[in-house]
Amino acid sequence: MIAVLLASCLIFPVFNLFVPESSVFHISTYLVTLFGKYLCFALLALALDLAWGYCGILSLGHGAFFALGGYGMGMYLMRQIGDRGVYGDPLLPDFMVFLNWTELPWYWNGFNNFGFAMLMAAFVPGLLAFVFGWLAFRSRVTGVYLSIILQALTYALMLAFFRNEMGFGGNNGLTDFKDIVGFNLQSDVTRAVLFVITGLILIFVYLFCRHIVKSKFGRVVVSIRDAESRMRFIGYKVENYKTSVFVLSALIAGIAGALYVPFVGIINPGEFAPLNSIEIVIWVAIGGRSTLYGAVLGAILVNYAKTRFTAVLPEVWLFALGGLFIFVTLFLPKGLVGFFSDVKEKMRKKA
Amino acid sequence: MSRFSKMFEGWRGERQWSAFSPEINSREFIDLSHGTLLYLENITVSFDGFKALDKLDLYIDKGELRCIIGANGAGKTTMMDVVTGKLRPDSGTAFLGQTVNLLNMSESEISEVGIGRKFQKPTVLENFSVFDNLELSLHADRSVKAALFARLTGEQRDRIEEVLEIIGLKTERERIAGNLSHGQKQWLEIGILLIQDPYLLLVDEPVAGMTVQETERTAELLTSLAGERSVVVVEHDMEFVRSIANIVTVLHQGSVLAEGTMNEIQEDPKVKEVYLGSTESSS
Repeated sequence: MIAVLLASCLIFPVFNLFVPESSVFHISTYLVTLFGKYLCFALLALALDLAWGYCGILSLGHGAFFALGGYGMGMYLMRQIGDRGVYGDPLLPDFMVFLNWTELPWYWNGFNNFGFAMLMAAFVPGLLAFVFGWLAFRSRVTGVYLSIILQALTYALMLAFFRNEMGFGGNNGLTDFKDIVGFNLQSDVTRAVLFVITGLILIFVYLFCRHIVKSKFGRVVVSIRDAESRMRFIGYKVENYKTSVFVLSALIAGIAGALYVPFVGIINPGEFAPLNSIEIVIWVAIGGRSTLYGAVLGAILVNYAKTRFTAVLPEVWLFALGGLFIFVTLFLPKGLVGFFSDVKEKMRKKA
Repeated sequence: MSRFSKMFEGWRGERQWSAFSPEINSREFIDLSHGTLLYLENITVSFDGFKALDKLDLYIDKGELRCIIGANGAGKTTMMDVVTGKLRPDSGTAFLGQTVNLLNMSESEISEVGIGRKFQKPTVLENFSVFDNLELSLHADRSVKAALFARLTGEQRDRIEEVLEIIGLKTERERIAGNLSHGQKQWLEIGILLIQDPYLLLVDEPVAGMTVQETERTAELLTSLAGERSVVVVEHDMEFVRSIANIVTVLHQGSVLAEGTMNEIQEDPKVKEVYLGSTESSS
């Protein structure tokens, strides 16, 4: 798994930059960008798998953490445009000039600093998850109720971000980015470097999660998923564990969102759409929850299928996705990964 | 007003801020100088007007093995829910020793001060081995931070071996708990309680669904545990109760009907009336 990721970290940029375009081995910048996106989704799936697969928190609001992270990055990129915008205002982004605003809202301060912006991209989703988790898990909100509240949360955020007065570009979101830490976003080299960075972060987070899951903490969390009241009566403060996992998961989702924005060049309130959060759940379910590599695999496979499908028969895609989900739920309850390991087991028993 | 307060029943708002209150941690504060471990006084719990517990008074001595019997709905499980913090009584007091007030503690805090509970249906950590089950239940720091960096010490390993010996699952240590037999799961759950070094073990119907041999072994196990710790057993199986108990408490409609040795209980006119009287009229 790690080898494959490492290899793709190497192959994609090399074949993109150093192999001439005429060669059959050339990988276009379009593909690099596409797979860069997939890696961000894989990171997001990893985040959800940690919460859902291991702790049983079926979050239908992870799209919100992802989008918040994205807005963190978007605000930084927006400030980097400087006076190169359409209106040429050195301080205010175009949409603020358009709304006749005269000064920068206070919460935009500091976002011209890359480090601060990245910190915020992870911190804000983490904080939201902490406040939400603190209240929900202490009041013992679980199961479908929790899922629905989270779904409502992401919907509420979407409506809020749609409003121009919020100061996040409203309907259009943040776009028209020029460069990131001084490098032109449109250049092939920048994209390739971004791809490698994303890949390395994914590998790092994967290893980190694996370490967490294997520790005593991980075993406690799995036990909470399976026998919550037993753990409570053993003396574990279940709500603290759940909140920790949820916050960690939101942090990872925020990072994924921040990495995603430079690839696509836009972040808008559509990212908060409830449907997005449900899609993440489907990736993890198809890949195989409670296995970290299953989540990564699921995210990449489903999104690749989505790209292919929507190119050929765009109107059928949602049906196909729904069908896939039903199929997996009925016939592969442990996802693709679970299916293959079952097959392997059977083969071994026969031999 | 009552309708309004009903809306918030089960909503644990009052515990929202419990993390800010000082830790009652814990065992040093338990005062057993009077020889009595658990005091339940005047406990009333009602569900929609039905009184599951009605002014219940119950005292458990240190090192005692007590059996509690009673018909369905007599309040046995509700009593356990109150002691372990799952349920808040409408009125009454519950103390562990002289000083520890159980009524303002959460389940995990109560477990920390030394009350372990075995459920009616055996509940073990199905995905983990027998050894892991005991390891996760060890009396140790339960905080998130501690769990992230936990390593098993030699001392803890010895303790796990010791408990494996007591519950007779030494040879099964690597088996996944979900694959154990019903009886073995029950013993493992008792082991899970035991390894936390509790003062008081609450055991709900330990021999339901067990074979005769398994029942005998469970009786031995429970009697061997008493003395050092107090054990409260709720059970329907009269033969089993007779084989282990010194003192039996009969619950009826949420309060204590009679208390004494098995023979005294059987001679008690009130018990006869409730049990025999009702069977006569129904047959």
